[in-house]
Amino acid sequence: MNNENIIEVENLVKKFGDFTANDNLCFEVRKSEIFGFLGANGAGKTTAIKILCGLLFPTSGKVMVAGYDVYKERNKIRKNIGYMSQGFSLYEDLTVKENIEFYAGIYGLKRTEIKTRFDDLVSKLGIEELKDKFVSDLPLGWKQKIAFSVAIFHKPQIVFLDEPTSGVDPITRRQFWDLIYEAVESGITVFVTTHYLDEAEYCDRVCIMAEGRIDAIGSPDELKSKYKSENMDEVFVKIARGTNKMNNK
Amino acid sequence: MKRFSGFLVKEFLHILRDRRTMLILFLIPIFQILIFGYVVKNEVKDAKIGIIDLSHDNVTEEITARLDAAVDFRVVREYQTYEEAEAGFRANEIKAVVVFADNFANDMGKYRKADVQILLDASDPNLANLINSYISVILNKYSAEVNKTGNSVIVSTEPRMWFNENLHSAYMFVPGTMALILMLITALMSSISIAREKETGTMEILLVSPLRPIQIILGKLTPYAVLSIVNVVSILVIGNVVFGVPVHGSWVLLLLVSFLFILLALSLGLLVSTLVKTQQTAMFISILGLMLPTMLLSGFIFPIENMPVILQYLSYIVPAKYFLIIIKSIMLKGLGLSYVINEVLILFGITLGLIALSVYKFKVRLE
Amino acid sequence: MAEIEIYNLCKNYGDVKALDNLCLSVEKNGFYGLIGPDGAGKTSLMRIITSLILPDSGEISVGGLDPVKDYKKLRLKLGYMPGKFSLYPDLSVEENLRFFAGVFGTTINENYHLIKSIYSQIEPFKNRRAGKLSGGMKQKLALCCALIHKPEILILDEPTTGVDAVSRREFWDMLNEIRSYGITILVSTPYMEEAVLCDTVSLLFKGKVVESGTPKEITSRYSSTIYSVKTDNIPLALKVLRNIPGLMSVNSFGQNIHLVFKDENHSEQEITNFLTANNILDAELSRIKAGIEDSFIDYILKENKN
Repeated sequence: MNNENIIEVENLVKKFGDFTANDNLCFEVRKSEIFGFLGANGAGKTTAIKILCGLLFPTSGKVMVAGYDVYKERNKIRKNIGYMSQGFSLYEDLTVKENIEFYAGIYGLKRTEIKTRFDDLVSKLGIEELKDKFVSDLPLGWKQKIAFSVAIFHKPQIVFLDEPTSGVDPITRRQFWDLIYEAVESGITVFVTTHYLDEAEYCDRVCIMAEGRIDAIGSPDELKSKYKSENMDEVFVKIARGTNKMNNK
Repeated sequence: MKRFSGFLVKEFLHILRDRRTMLILFLIPIFQILIFGYVVKNEVKDAKIGIIDLSHDNVTEEITARLDAAVDFRVVREYQTYEEAEAGFRANEIKAVVVFADNFANDMGKYRKADVQILLDASDPNLANLINSYISVILNKYSAEVNKTGNSVIVSTEPRMWFNENLHSAYMFVPGTMALILMLITALMSSISIAREKETGTMEILLVSPLRPIQIILGKLTPYAVLSIVNVVSILVIGNVVFGVPVHGSWVLLLLVSFLFILLALSLGLLVSTLVKTQQTAMFISILGLMLPTMLLSGFIFPIENMPVILQYLSYIVPAKYFLIIIKSIMLKGLGLSYVINEVLILFGITLGLIALSVYKFKVRLE
Repeated sequence: MAEIEIYNLCKNYGDVKALDNLCLSVEKNGFYGLIGPDGAGKTSLMRIITSLILPDSGEISVGGLDPVKDYKKLRLKLGYMPGKFSLYPDLSVEENLRFFAGVFGTTINENYHLIKSIYSQIEPFKNRRAGKLSGGMKQKLALCCALIHKPEILILDEPTTGVDAVSRREFWDMLNEIRSYGITILVSTPYMEEAVLCDTVSLLFKGKVVESGTPKEITSRYSSTIYSVKTDNIPLALKVLRNIPGLMSVNSFGQNIHLVFKDENHSEQEITNFLTANNILDAELSRIKAGIEDSFIDYILKENKN
């Protein structure tokens, strides 16, 4: 594994009024790894992702993404990342093709380039029949797979995926992970949040958040041996029990 | 009954805890009335006028002194010629010029008639009209006094203004603001509050509960009805204390009619809420569909007689038009119910129709 | 007669078949799970049961009542927790609970025993606004609100979606306790592993019931042998195993890969050899029993082939 860090976060704090969404986060993400971000809704995952994408300013702390500072170089960061938000990031009233052309256009890809990449994508996903359909007519699984392809269409260095497999059927969920593996092989770093604990096993390293803080960070194997657990499910339960005890004191 | 009272408690808590709602409910009415009262003034106060006195006798000087003494005017300059006066208009020194003809006092004595010409800056026609009538009022008063002693008549340009002798604009905007605010608070706020329950999904739980639709409806609307009454009273008090708008007629009748209008606005809000799914559309429809007509087509800002014919016809379906007629009659003319019974019946009919329609449209299910 | 009885229920939204001749039967005091991905029809089904929407065709009886005609009587018997967080965020914990008790013409004290063990966990925060609770606490409050009028039937639409794994477990424990008061429970979830916590489940896919029965019955109906492969490099192993001769399906399950062949003429030795030949040397192999997710995947694969 390449040890070069593509994301570095030191003492990140984000407050909304008197509510602390991110409480002194420190972590780094290495180049070409799958970094899993776990935790309940409201634990602060989405806020952290939005900061890393340059959609929100941190309250304090140092945050570097792809070598750029989120305070000063948001535009450069945006060119180097892809983002698939929770819910849909595709326009329902445009066709698959129109969606992709639109997003590729935003990132300034040339027409010929768009065409080649689009043809590649169509044959890779096998969506010859779907490419001229409206997104609103597609099943959820396809929407998610296509949204992911759109997010990495401009070949970013990092792609952020916010609960990409939430509510998707078991087959599509696995197909989606195949796409993630493929992206990693092509050198893209993947930053993903999920509620499925089996998916935590597929990450190179995971970070477990609760109430705005990081409770644990490491590879699934490291965490399993540290918490003497068989699987990530147990790790999760043990961490949560531990924090509950601390809170009760 | 216990179910219903619990519902009311919850609604009041919602209203009291939401700063935005509180702001709209209580500050906006006060601001609106003060804004209409002080800023968007249609009133003449200290208007600068000039004089061209070709006669310079005791009568013209007396009239000039009276004009200057009136709170509405200040005589700033005397011009010798029309050209000078025109320059004065251009330089924005004055809004009007009063011209006394040659031999003014003589003519008055001889022909019992003398010529006064009023030149007005008509670039602001409303203001020009007002100034014109104010000056006429002062001239009329003077001639009336002279009439008692001698037998002279001075040119009378305008009839005396009944019920609003000094053309105080407060007399127009207090009733208008009341109609507008009642529409805003009752219709807009109630439709938004029902739409909010749909948006957050709590409506699902309420529908699945044993609450009857009528209980949900009444529970949602009652708080706004109560708060609107508070607003009616505070508007009337501010109108009376700050702007001197009287209530010549019966307070009881006035409040009853206002309550009828509140019911009407509430049923409009309810109807809007049955048609929409989100707070945003509720707001959009309420503002475009309810508030704008109330402001523009009710005769509040623009007199209905001056509107294009189509809009005049359209104004017949604007409830605020009838409400304005009724409350102006009660407040300014001191008339009783029998004089405005037609308008009251129309409002009553519209209200019944709207309530029936929205209860019919209120869904006991999600589709 | 069963508490919830549904026969050939159909519901269309335009061209989309949300429910397609769906049949279902929930016993009195049953603990019934509807398992399926988004768009399988779980929410539509629950809304028809709670009388919030009308079916296009089919027969349905809930607590002996028809949700179409007798919806007023039915609503007295139901406790319902919709998919979205549906409490008033600007009211405090206690005010929310008091309101929902009042709506059903009862008081908190009257049925306090029902919610005691759950409510006692959030009672220290009873003056906090519901909007400021953590996800797990919100969910507990919502459950209390749905229970406070002592319903006969409790319908919960994806109560554990978006909640962390630990709160999810606690929540299922609470449901088990509620059931011991004689309440019938119908709950939906997109998480397959939660199926085993119900006594009867239906797997829903594209508006149809794919499989139905106790979790054991469903998994025992699964006839093929499943080989579980444990390895550190799952992506590589997946890629390699997709080319193994006679393959029916290969899917990752956390740190393991489940391998199923088209017929039973395969051996563990054969798989080990194949993996070794492809440079995967750390694989641990075992035969395992099917889980609910295996059954579901099996159905979808067959469906996709047709």
